[in-house]
Amino acid sequence: MTTDMRTRLAGRELPNPVMAAAGCAGTGRELAQFFDIARIGAVVTKSVMLEPRAGRPAPRVAETPSGMLSAIGLQGPGVEVFLQRDLPWLLSRGGRAVASVAGAGAGEYAELARRLSAAEGVEMIEVNLSCPNPAGGGLDFADDPAEAARVVHAVRSHTRSDIPVFAKLAADVPDLVALARACVEARADGLSLINSVRAMAVDPRTLRPAVAGGVGGLSGPAIRPIAVASVYRVHAALPEVPLIGMGGVRTGADALELLAAGASAVGVGTVTFSDPSACVRILRELEELLEERGADRVSDVVGAAHRPAGAPLGAVLGR
Amino acid sequence: MSDNGPVQTRSPVLTVRRVDAYYAITVVAPQIAERFRSGQFLSVAVGGEQSSMLLRRPFAIHDVKPDYGGTVEFLFAVRGPGTAWLAERRQRDLLDVVGPLGRPFPLPRDPVNCMLAGGGSGAAPLFPLAHALRRRGCRVDFVLGAASADRVFSAISARRIAETTTFTTDDGSFGVRGRVTDALERAMDDARSDVVYACGPMPMLRTVAAVAARQGVPVQVAVEETMACGTGICMSCVIPVVGEDGITRMVRACVDGPVFRGERVRFDDVGTIPFDALGAPGWKARGEDSADPQSGVADREAG
Repeated sequence: MTTDMRTRLAGRELPNPVMAAAGCAGTGRELAQFFDIARIGAVVTKSVMLEPRAGRPAPRVAETPSGMLSAIGLQGPGVEVFLQRDLPWLLSRGGRAVASVAGAGAGEYAELARRLSAAEGVEMIEVNLSCPNPAGGGLDFADDPAEAARVVHAVRSHTRSDIPVFAKLAADVPDLVALARACVEARADGLSLINSVRAMAVDPRTLRPAVAGGVGGLSGPAIRPIAVASVYRVHAALPEVPLIGMGGVRTGADALELLAAGASAVGVGTVTFSDPSACVRILRELEELLEERGADRVSDVVGAAHRPAGAPLGAVLGR
Repeated sequence: MSDNGPVQTRSPVLTVRRVDAYYAITVVAPQIAERFRSGQFLSVAVGGEQSSMLLRRPFAIHDVKPDYGGTVEFLFAVRGPGTAWLAERRQRDLLDVVGPLGRPFPLPRDPVNCMLAGGGSGAAPLFPLAHALRRRGCRVDFVLGAASADRVFSAISARRIAETTTFTTDDGSFGVRGRVTDALERAMDDARSDVVYACGPMPMLRTVAAVAARQGVPVQVAVEETMACGTGICMSCVIPVVGEDGITRMVRACVDGPVFRGERVRFDDVGTIPFDALGAPGWKARGEDSADPQSGVADREAG
């Protein structure tokens, strides 16, 4: 028996729940050397900004146990080049594009949302809230539910009504559920959980921070249990809100874990740096695991971890 | 997916050898061997499938042979747990290899005199280059330097390929005491070099580029930068490079390089974001300027 791999996210149907996560798929071109990008559910673009951006100085990455510390600084060509070059290329290859947006204030986010949703072919918009808020005294938008809500509201108001807006949240905030609630009240159609976790390493040779930014973002399998907990908690509090789970997914079993915690789709990120064909491998592994468990469709297992202790898996699988 | 792009393979190890202070691993990888052009590199996953070391290790390809359908060899020094793991590989072990990666050295159309300058194990990509140049009828001369005699790399094969080979060591234990760049100018004069190719650490490349500029000779440099992915997605290996249009961009050493025209690399600004780089803080678009970070660096005409 084969599992129907289609999944729905706020009214949008994707052929399967495996997405390339923001910042880990380049423009799609780089990964297309290794697999057909039309095969995965969607490609979330590197966060698009209004203007070209050079990013942070080197060193930008450091390896940590089962993780990677990075401080890239959102280097990118800006929305103009994205719309003229990167998006048409992605669409020409049959890729489904989720545009990640990043800005220095609600106005920039809104302008990006307006321009991106006016372009043909953007399936969804993901709001990267882990950007420094210039008025936030060193904090990101995601650190303050009110600021995050302001950005989400601005994006939703400027995005074509048929394009879902997902807010991407950081897990290392005082009250994740309050943040999630604030974004949903600001009319986010769904949530992406989680962004990289603020972390730091010191180079033992120089006794200076291992990445030039000092504090960077930790990603990779080291943060997966944090991602699982975040998805689980938010799904418990807001069961009607569609979630995209991400953080350290390396195998199909890892993806299944996030689905069971409550995600309707799964982002594949840092593992792509070490295994460029990871997205299609994880998709294949996930499909096998769902078939082994007798799931008719992906949604059968979404949130399965929330069923009462002792309830058989068959109960959520409808048999 | 494409005919000349990189492939990901599980490649059996053919040999692991000690070469002076380095290790050399040869793997059977026909698809990489057939696509390879000198200057390109490969990346290897380390530590096995459940490894806690997530990042692939990039290595220049040192040799390609037709045996077993195609083999590639790379060299490394043990610098940490990843390379220590690699040094323990044995024949028939499988390695997860991606390659060939990056832009190759451009080759001259005419049989000109080529000076190849390398430092330490950074000299590795110069050897397949030397063979390719010789096949085109070019004269090849080497200047190879290292900290000490056991780190001068492939001295015998250099002597076999090249018209002349100058060795330098920091401690004087082999060849001339000093650095590659101390011997370069004289060697270039003697060989009447028309073009320079260089690989090695950034300070050496900076000086080689300056020497070549002084002599009015074009220079191609292959940079060694820290990389996380090697495939162009992570943006961790960027360096400031001036494009055809005069605009400095932070370009990826892995896919826009590792080979660059020496005079285009802003060596003094490596590790920083120059204030005038495209998209630097405070940077402002100038009228019709292209905002495309990939344009302008693709020009690879050899001198």
